[in-house]
This record gives sequence, structure tokens and C-alpha cells, in this order.
Amino acid sequence: MQITVTVNGQPYTGDVEPRLLLVHFLRDGLGLTGTHWGCDTSNCGACVVHVDGTPVKSCTALAVMCDGHEVTTVEGLERDGDLDAVQKGFAECHGLQCGFCTPGMMLTARWLLDRDPDPDEARIREAVSGQLCRCTGYENIVRAVRWAARHEAARAGAGTEARAGTGDGAAGGTREGTGP
Amino acid sequence: MTAETTDTTANATDTTATDTETGATATPMGFGRMHRKEDARFIRGRGNYVDDVRLPGMLHGAILRSPHAHARILSVDASAAEAHPGVKAVITGETLAGMDLAWMPTLSGDVQAVLATDKVRFQGQEVAFVVAEDPYTARDALELIEVDYEPLEPVIDARRALDEGAPVIRDDVEGRTGNHIFDWEAGDREQTDAIFERAEVTVAQDMLYPRVHPAPLETCGAVADFDRVTGKLTVWCPTQAPHAHRTLYALVAGLPEHKIRVISPDVGGGFGGKVGIYPGYVCAIVGSIATGRPVKWMEDRSENLMSTAFARDYHMRGEIAATRDGKVLAIRVKVLADHGAFNGTAQPTKFPAGFFGVFTGSYDIRAAHCEVTGVHTNKAPGGVAYACSFRITEAVYLVERMMDVLACELDADPAELRMKNLIRPERFPYTSPTGWEYDSGDYPRALRLALDMVEYDKLRAEQAERRRDGGPLLGIGISFFTEAVGAGPRKHMDILGLGMADGAELRVHPTGKAVLRVSCQSQGQGHETTFAQIVAAELGVSPDDVEVVHGDTDQTPFGLGTYGSRSTPVSGAATAIVARKVRERARLVAAAMLEASPDDLEWSVSEAGGRWSVQGSAEHGRTIQEIAMAAHSNLELPEGVEGHLDAVTVYNPPNLTYPFGAYVCVVDVDPGTGQVKVRRFVAVDDCGVRINPMIVEGQIHGGLADGIGMALMQLMAFDEDGNHLGASFMDYLLPTSMECPSWELGETVTPSPHHPVGAKGVGESATVGSPAAVVNAVLDALRPYGVRHADMPLTPANVWSALQGTPIRTDLAVT
Ligand code: FES
Ligand code: FES
Repeated sequence: MQITVTVNGQPYTGDVEPRLLLVHFLRDGLGLTGTHWGCDTSNCGACVVHVDGTPVKSCTALAVMCDGHEVTTVEGLERDGDLDAVQKGFAECHGLQCGFCTPGMMLTARWLLDRDPDPDEARIREAVSGQLCRCTGYENIVRAVRWAARHEAARAGAGTEARAGTGDGAAGGTREGTGP
Repeated sequence: MTAETTDTTANATDTTATDTETGATATPMGFGRMHRKEDARFIRGRGNYVDDVRLPGMLHGAILRSPHAHARILSVDASAAEAHPGVKAVITGETLAGMDLAWMPTLSGDVQAVLATDKVRFQGQEVAFVVAEDPYTARDALELIEVDYEPLEPVIDARRALDEGAPVIRDDVEGRTGNHIFDWEAGDREQTDAIFERAEVTVAQDMLYPRVHPAPLETCGAVADFDRVTGKLTVWCPTQAPHAHRTLYALVAGLPEHKIRVISPDVGGGFGGKVGIYPGYVCAIVGSIATGRPVKWMEDRSENLMSTAFARDYHMRGEIAATRDGKVLAIRVKVLADHGAFNGTAQPTKFPAGFFGVFTGSYDIRAAHCEVTGVHTNKAPGGVAYACSFRITEAVYLVERMMDVLACELDADPAELRMKNLIRPERFPYTSPTGWEYDSGDYPRALRLALDMVEYDKLRAEQAERRRDGGPLLGIGISFFTEAVGAGPRKHMDILGLGMADGAELRVHPTGKAVLRVSCQSQGQGHETTFAQIVAAELGVSPDDVEVVHGDTDQTPFGLGTYGSRSTPVSGAATAIVARKVRERARLVAAAMLEASPDDLEWSVSEAGGRWSVQGSAEHGRTIQEIAMAAHSNLELPEGVEGHLDAVTVYNPPNLTYPFGAYVCVVDVDPGTGQVKVRRFVAVDDCGVRINPMIVEGQIHGGLADGIGMALMQLMAFDEDGNHLGASFMDYLLPTSMECPSWELGETVTPSPHHPVGAKGVGESATVGSPAAVVNAVLDALRPYGVRHADMPLTPANVWSALQGTPIRTDLAVT
């Protein structure tokens, strides 16, 4: 099937097998190997990307379902050489060890901060609860997201350009139904 | 000898308003909370894991696996698969037998089928391998392979494996008439039994440390590339021990070792599960040799959980003899160890039960004895895996559960009972009744700190109130562990004849920038940062000026890899020593530069860096960078001084190191549902000197989460036909952010007296120490109900059953 998908702002048109999973389309078709794969059952969230600004487990979506949609992967978080606050937060707070869950965790964190710029610990834990990390015990992931929130608030407060949200349609939506 | 100790607490909930919640500081000249160098690539999605490796012309493999736990293979017909468009080759057991590769040696001196020829012996065992143009086609073709099986009665319950008339699993081994693998014992039986006979109090408890799986987020896989022209084989795979793999490939496949290159790229977690060689790796290699093209094989999660290294599966009976006032006199243990269908445990040769022999734990006990019997069952092979420090996890669980059982019997406070029996600081170095020499420690101090942090007395008061007034049950559980890591001294420890010493090489370029090459391998531990910090501290340079190369056998010296928390104790020591060698070489060059005698020079490290200078006149010196340039220049050097600063070393540890810690877990249990909520977890760890405390704390956090998972959730049971009931993340539950509390960490520092920088290693401490704390907490909560023991995992169903007086057996299907 012929599909056109915009990935990290760049449109891609090509023929894909109808059964091709989005995660394989991104990794093998486009060479965007920052999106990982960790389970067969939609449990781990290593594969999370944004589709139209909403976190989606790309192992559980077909590439053809994304025809005409916008996908953001971890490779799209950095803008013009400027790391996203979430990326900085993860490095700053040691929110990763092996790095395998990290892209998915960061994309969910980005989604959360776009909707709730000042989430508390409980809210952060709930947001990433559909994803597994085997290394960090989640402690420093929570701190990383808190760091990013504070950092963005400080930047906004200082009048510098704040990072635009990556989606708005689901603003205010709860995790149920839209989250991973 | 008592090493100097210090203690601090780093309360995880006590975050300050600084930007750096982990307190990371910018590149110190050595040890400290330095940001990790490796993160720059990981946060950008630029890591390079095995599945990210893409080679021109690469083919893809997939494995056909057995649906049966025990069956005879009558025939394998691969013709339809071979004819399927896009399929390049189908490899069966018969193909491999023709190459003498159908069986491969395991890390315990047994053999394991690469692809089954005669029988399948566990569900998920490898039967055939398809190589195709793309992974989807390879999987399609699996369905076209016809295998005719004759199902046989399986052995699922380890306790029945030695029964008269039990099916013989390993009839491939000549003369084998049963499922017995080994008997092993430690300690003094006579002395122990004599104490038990006279003891005022004895307690006994049966307990199971159930089968679990390390389940790193990245599964296993390999890319094999055999170059028919040069005869060079390159294998990318996420191995924790690249050099050992290379040697084994050479010995098994008869390939010349210098033509084999094993590259372990970025690895998405290992936890012990990536130590061994799996059939899929061998299949990918054979596939590449057969097709002349690179072949990638990646397992899926079910394959990972069903076929790769499981851990534990120890059926234990512990007994303690004590005085009525709570002095422990002797301990004895009997273990039935389920090793699965092939004996594939990874441990030093002389230790078939790993380091289980340290089961006297942290207590000064006069006598001890244990006997371990290993048996085969129709389950996946493996054994020592999952951050267990070679079975110390089982040993710590046993002794820490037994201490609570004794406390229960004596109606004593578990904290006081432990305090009374801990090895006193003045007893170090301490030789245990089973012959282990603990290097250093101040145990009471660590326990006191943990109890203070958790406010133990207050919690006990709250518990008493709850018990009086009703409401959810409150449980407080303690675990005090001692680890033995850094394997190991060559004369005692080898794996398949390979001694456990590690090499290190340090090159210093003319401008003073350095490249360190180490044999250990990171699966997320941050070696590129920590090891650079060790060199930085020794040479007085910035860690940013030290590049750490690891995970590539063509680029690094020989060594046995990263598991058993051995990186810092062994390779870290090698790193410090090789840097000291460089420093000594620099002294000779500096002496020539300063026209002084080397003996008159002194080394100092200031803000400006490291320098050799003439004693008493620090201004009259040369920086390490100046010396490096001079060492490569036309400076005239004295007779016998070679020039350049590069050095190599091999570190053979004189002893293991013995990290320890005191953990306290606080749980709330709902008696109506059996649901356990971990309210708090306080962990005081002493791993000697911390090179990068931020990284150390991160590893502890991860291990504590593991403890919660094993204690409460991770269930890997089998039904009577040998069907694996935990073969996906829907059934094998791992802890998420919701089950984990915010960890509260504390620390004491007792340097290792024999490690060059006093470090002890920490990678597995929390995984080893925490399960017992969680289980003790839950059982403490259930104490008013007369429940003395229930096995992990303490799922709501299991807790509820225990409350009804009928705890379930967790290794078999719940009926
Ligand atoms: S790969 Fe595990 S949820 Fe997608
Ligand atoms: S950092 Fe390894 S799985 Fe999260």
C-alpha cells in the first residue's frame, strides 16, 4: 500500500506491506533506530512515539494507520541543535542507564509536560506507568521530568522562547484513553 | 583491623531546589557526581544496539521452537519452507550434526543442543533456523516446517525429578539413568549437627526461591558476518563477556581465534541474562557461513522469557540452632536446585552452587553446613543469572528469612536479633565457618543508620496501634546482606578453564589525552564515565580527556567481562593500576626533563592537574601533558627508558570484595484482597569508596525495584505438561513506576583494604539484599494471623491464601 507519513516534520511516501508495524517502518524503513522494541504484548513502551502529538506504542500500530498523520520520534525531540528540556533533564538527573527505555520515556514525558507543565510525582508516575524501565527503579525518571518542568518554567519566566507543545487536540485529556 | 568509616544519608525524597537533583557536578578531576558521557547519544536516540546494526546484503533469521516440554523428534520436513520465496536457507539439527555443531558446551561443562536432533527437552527449545530476505518472511516460513513429535512424559516438579522411574531427560548422555546432576557441600557437618543436638532452640523452614528471569528490556540477538575471502567472522551481540564468547567460538567451531571478532555494542540491560552463548547466536553464525551474507537474528520477548537464562529455582530447607536469648550458634541448609534440561549455569568451575556457600550471611555463627543437589527438569537451562552474584541472592534470602523465623519463634524483635548476631567490626578480616574471608565492614553502624532513617521505633508503635485498632496491616521487614563480588582470584576461580583476571591498556597520546581499553563491558553501568574518572584521579587529568573503549575483542585486552558485580572490583582495579604504571613511566621522563633523579620527584594533583616535581619545590615541575609530549619527542632519555607512556596490566584480584547493607521495607497489606503496597524502602549500602556516587545510587534504585518485582510480582510457573505460564509481560509482571516507592538511600563507607582505590562494587547489592526485606515485611504484617512463611512472589492471591492458612506453591500452576 502506498502511504505518506510525516515523520519529524519530513514527509515520506512509499509502498509498505499492510501488515508492517509502525515500529518496523520507522526502524527498518526510515532507519530511525532510536525507537526501540521490547515486547510482543504492548506492555513495555520502549516503542513509544507521538502520532499527532499523542503517545502511541508503535509496536501496536500499523504503518498504514499512520497514512496522512504526523509522527514524532526521539530523533525529532531536538530542534535546531537545541535539546528538549526533557532530554536535558534525563541527562541531568541520571534518568537513564542502559538507555533502552529512554526514548519512549522521554516522549511520554514530553506529552505530559505539554498538558501539565507542573506535574507532581504521582502524576509523573501515572503517566509512565504503561512503560517499563529495568534499570533505574523509576526514581530518577521522575526527577528528570520534574527537572524539565522546572527548567521550562524558568525559561518561560525569563521571557525566553518556551518550547511549543507538540499537539493540542487532546489538551486536558486524562491518561486513560490517550496515554500509552 | 577496622577501616575508617563514614556515613551519610541521601534521602531520596529530600530534593533541594538546585537544578541538579542528583547533585551532579561538572567534570571533577577524578571521583564525584559527574554526568555520564554516554548519555549524549542515548538521549538523542543515537545508541547503537545490536538490532540497530545494519549491514549491506544482510539476511534475517528466525527460530522454530518446540511446543512440547519433552518429546521425541520423529522427523523434520523443511522442504516447503525452503521453497518459500525469499527464504535463503533452513538449518536443522541434522544440518548442524553434519558440521559437528548440533551440541555446544555450556558454561558448566555440560552440553546443550543448538538445534534439537533427538528430543526436545523444554518448551521453547530451538528446533530449526530459517534465513530469509526479511524478518517477516523468515517468520512466515517457520510455519511451513513440519515437525513430527512423539510427546513424552515431562519432569516439571523438581522435587519429583529423582523419583524412582522418573523419565530420564538426558538420555543423550551415555550411561545416564536419572536426572541427578551434582551433589555439593560446604562447611562442617559434624560440628554443625553436634551444636544442633544440644541447642536450646532450633527452627526449620522450607522455602522456595522461585524461578525468575532477568528480562532486560532489550532481548538477545546477534548479527553474524562471515567473510569468505578473509575467513574473518565478526559477531555483534549483546554479550556481557565478549572475550569469553570469542574463545568459546574458537574452541567449539574450530575457527582460528584471531579471525573472530566479537563486538558487544550498546546493550539494553543484561542483569546476568547475557553472559552465556545462546543457540540463536550459533545459528546466525552458521547461517552467515552457509549463505555468505551477514545474518541477523533477534529473539522476541516470549522467546527471551522461555529460552534464555532463568535464575534461582532453589528449593531450600533452612535450620538455625540458637540460645534462648537469641544468639545464633549454627545454621544448616539443604537445597534442591532445579537446573533445567541442560546444566548451563554460569559460575566459576569449582562452585556448582555458585557462591551459595556464604549463606551464614552477616552473622558471627560458630558452625554451618549446607548441601546442594542439582537436578534436571524439562525447563529452560540457565541458572545463575539476574544480578545474583553467583547465588548470593539465594543465600541472603535464606539466612534473612531464617532470622525472621527465629525472631518469630523467640518472639524477639527482628532488628535486635540481628544486632545481637552481626559480625562485630573488630572481627575483620573475618573468616566465615564456610571459609570466606570478608575483607572489611562495620555492620552495626549500617543497621543503626537504616533503623534511624526509617524511624523504626515509631513504626513499631504504629504497628501496635494498628493491630489493636484494626485497619490495613502494617509490616516492617529488615534484611542485612553481605555480598562477595569481584570474581575472582585466579587460583580459585575460572570459567571453563579461563582464569578470572582482567586486562587493561592505557595509551597516552602526545598531547596528554588518553585512551583506556578494558575487557569488561557495560550494559548501562556507565563504564565510559566511571573508568575515565579512575584514570583521571590517578593521572590528574579531566575525565573528558580519557576515552574508554570496551565491548570489542579486537580493540580491548582479554578479560572475563561484566557480571557478578565484578567490573569495578576487577577491571576498575586494573584501570587504577595501569594508570599508576603510566604515572611511573612519566616519572622517569620527568626526571630527564628536570635533570633530577626519579627518586627525588614527588607526585601531586592540584586544580591545574597532575604533575611530577622536585621534592620541596612544586613550582619546579612538569604537568602530565608536558611529560606526555616530551615522552614522544626527541628528548634524550636515560639508558633503559623507552619513551612514550603507554602501559598494560593484568589484574588478578587477591580476594573478593564484600559490600554490605541494611535494608528496611515498610508495607501496607489489605487483608481483604491480599494486595501489598510498599510504603517506604530505606536502603543503606556500603560498597566501599564510591567513584561516581550518582551512578552508584542509580544502580541501587534499579536493584531495589528488582527486589519488589521478585518478592511481589514476577511469577514463572509451569503447568503439569511443562507449559511456561510466564512467557510474556502480560503474565510475567515487572514492577512499574506505580509499584515502586520513592527510594530512601543512606550510605556508610568502609573501603576495601585490598582494592587499589578501596571500591567494592555495587551492581547487584540491591537485587541481592532487597527481596528478603520485602518478604519479611509482608510476613511481619501477617504475623497476627499465625503465618510464618509464604513463598515469593507474594501476589494478592498468594497473600490471601496465606491468610486463609493455605499458602500456595508458586513454581507450579495454581490449581
Ligand atoms: S515494544 Fe513493548 S510495548 Fe511496544
Ligand atoms: S534505562 Fe535501561 S531500561 Fe530504562
